[in-house]
Amino acid sequence: MIRIVLPAHLRTLARVTDEVTIDVPVAVPLTRAALLDALEARYPMLRGTIRDHLTAQRRPFLRFFACTRDLTHEPADALLPGAVASGEEPFLVVGAIAGG
Amino acid sequence: MSGVRVLVGTRKGAFILTADAKRSRWHVSGPHFAGWEIYHMKGSPADPNRLYASQTSGWFGQVIQRSSDGGKTWETPGGGVTMVPGEGPKGESNKFVYDVSSQTGKPLTTHQWYDGTQHPWEFKRVWHLEPSPTDPDTVYAGVEDAALFRSSDGGATWQELAGLRGHGTGPQWQPGAGGMCLHTILIDPTNPQRLYIAISAAGAFRSDDGGQTWRPINRGLRSQYIPEPTAEVGHCVHRLALHPSRPNVLFMQKHWDVMRSDDGGDSWREISGNLPTDFGFVIDVHAHEPETVYVVPIKSDSEHYPPEGKLRVFRSRSGGLGNDWEALTKGLPQRDCYVNVLRDAMCVDTLDPCGVYFGTTGGQVYASADGGDSWAPIVRDLPAVLSVEVQALP
Repeated sequence: MIRIVLPAHLRTLARVTDEVTIDVPVAVPLTRAALLDALEARYPMLRGTIRDHLTAQRRPFLRFFACTRDLTHEPADALLPGAVASGEEPFLVVGAIAGG
Repeated sequence: MSGVRVLVGTRKGAFILTADAKRSRWHVSGPHFAGWEIYHMKGSPADPNRLYASQTSGWFGQVIQRSSDGGKTWETPGGGVTMVPGEGPKGESNKFVYDVSSQTGKPLTTHQWYDGTQHPWEFKRVWHLEPSPTDPDTVYAGVEDAALFRSSDGGATWQELAGLRGHGTGPQWQPGAGGMCLHTILIDPTNPQRLYIAISAAGAFRSDDGGQTWRPINRGLRSQYIPEPTAEVGHCVHRLALHPSRPNVLFMQKHWDVMRSDDGGDSWREISGNLPTDFGFVIDVHAHEPETVYVVPIKSDSEHYPPEGKLRVFRSRSGGLGNDWEALTKGLPQRDCYVNVLRDAMCVDTLDPCGVYFGTTGGQVYASADGGDSWAPIVRDLPAVLSVEVQALP
C-alpha cells in the first residue's frame, strides 16, 4: 500500500480529506511514473493536474518530496525510496511557494 | 419567469447569486472551488440546471466542472473516482490537445511571439465556455493559446475545431498583455452553422459551416498599435455582442473604439461617438431593444480604471448611431473609484424590465432591474470578478 499526500486543492478535487493510499502491482518497480500512473487511474480527475496529459512532464509549480528528500528533479523512472514502496513513508506532492 | 441566477467567476472561486423576479433581495452561495480562478461559468439555454465552469490554477492547470442541478453540486465530467483501475472514466475533461492530425489538423501553424519570432501553440486555460442553444451536452470552449474546442458529451472530452488556427492567418496572431486568448464565442440563434469568435490580439472571425472553416471579419477596424492599422488580422478585439433577433448586427468593444457591423462582420464602422473614452472591455445589448447597447468606458490601455474615478455605464438607444451615449450613474460610485470591468463581466437577463449586471475587479457585482436606469450592488467584497453571466429561471 503506497501512501500519497496531496496538496489541499487536489484533495478537494479528488474528494478525499486525508492522505490517499493506492496499490501498485508488485511486479512493477516503484518509480514516480508508476506511482503517478496508479494515482491517476484511481483518481482520474487528477489527470493533467500533476503531469501534462501528453508529455507526462511535471507541472512547473509542483514538487515531489519523500523521506525528507527533494525528489522533484529525479528522473521519472528512477526507483523511489524503499520506505515509500513499503508504505512506511508517504510520497508528498507539494505546491511550490507562491511568494509575496 | 420565477427569478434569476447570476453566475460569478472570480480570482478565488465561484459565486452563485439568486433572486426572485423583482431582483431586489439576493441569496449568495459560495465560494465554490475556493481558491481557484474561475474564468467563466455559464448555463445551458436548453437546460438551465446544466452549468459549466472553467476552473484554473497556475499550479494545477485546467479543470472543467459541470453541474446538473443549477450549481448545488458539481462534478468533473468523466473523471469520477475509479474503484477498479483501467475500467473507469478516463479523466479527460481537462484534456485540451491541439489537433495536429493530417486529416483535420493541417496546416499546422505557429503564432507570433512577443519578440516577433514564431512560437508553437501551448494550451494554458479556458477563458470562455459557450453552451449550445439546443443541446445541454454540447459546449464550446475558447482557450489560451487561442483556439476553439467543442465537446458533445457534456464536457467529458474535447475536440479542437482546427480550421480556425489553420485557416491561414494564424502565424500573424500574437498575444496581448493578458495572453493570446479566444474569449468570445457567439452562436447565431437563427443559424447554428454560423459562429463568431474573437481573439486578443488577432481579431474577429466567422464560420458559416459550424466551425469547420473560418475567415477574418475585421474590415473597417483601425488599430494604431499594429504596423498596418487596417490589417486583416492583429486587432485586439475585447468583446463582441449581438441581439438574438438581429444576428447580423454585431457590436464590438475593441482595445480602443466601439464598433458596429450590420452585415455579419463583413464590414465595421465606429460608433464611439460622444463616449468619454472608447477604451473598455465589455459590451452588451438590451434583451428586448436590439438597438440599446451598453459599455463601461475605461480610461486607457495603460490606466485600467474609469475616467475621473467615476464608475459609469453608458447606454445608447440608437445602436451607437445617434451620438447619444448617456451616462448611467444612479447607484454607482461617482468618486474615488478605480476598478476595472473585465471582458466577460457584463450580461443582461431576459426579464421585463431587462436586468443588466456587471462585476468589477474590486469585487462588486452591480445589478440594475430597470435597464440600467438605477443600480445597486448585489455583493461588494468578492475577489476580483472575472466573469458574470445570468440565467432567467422558469
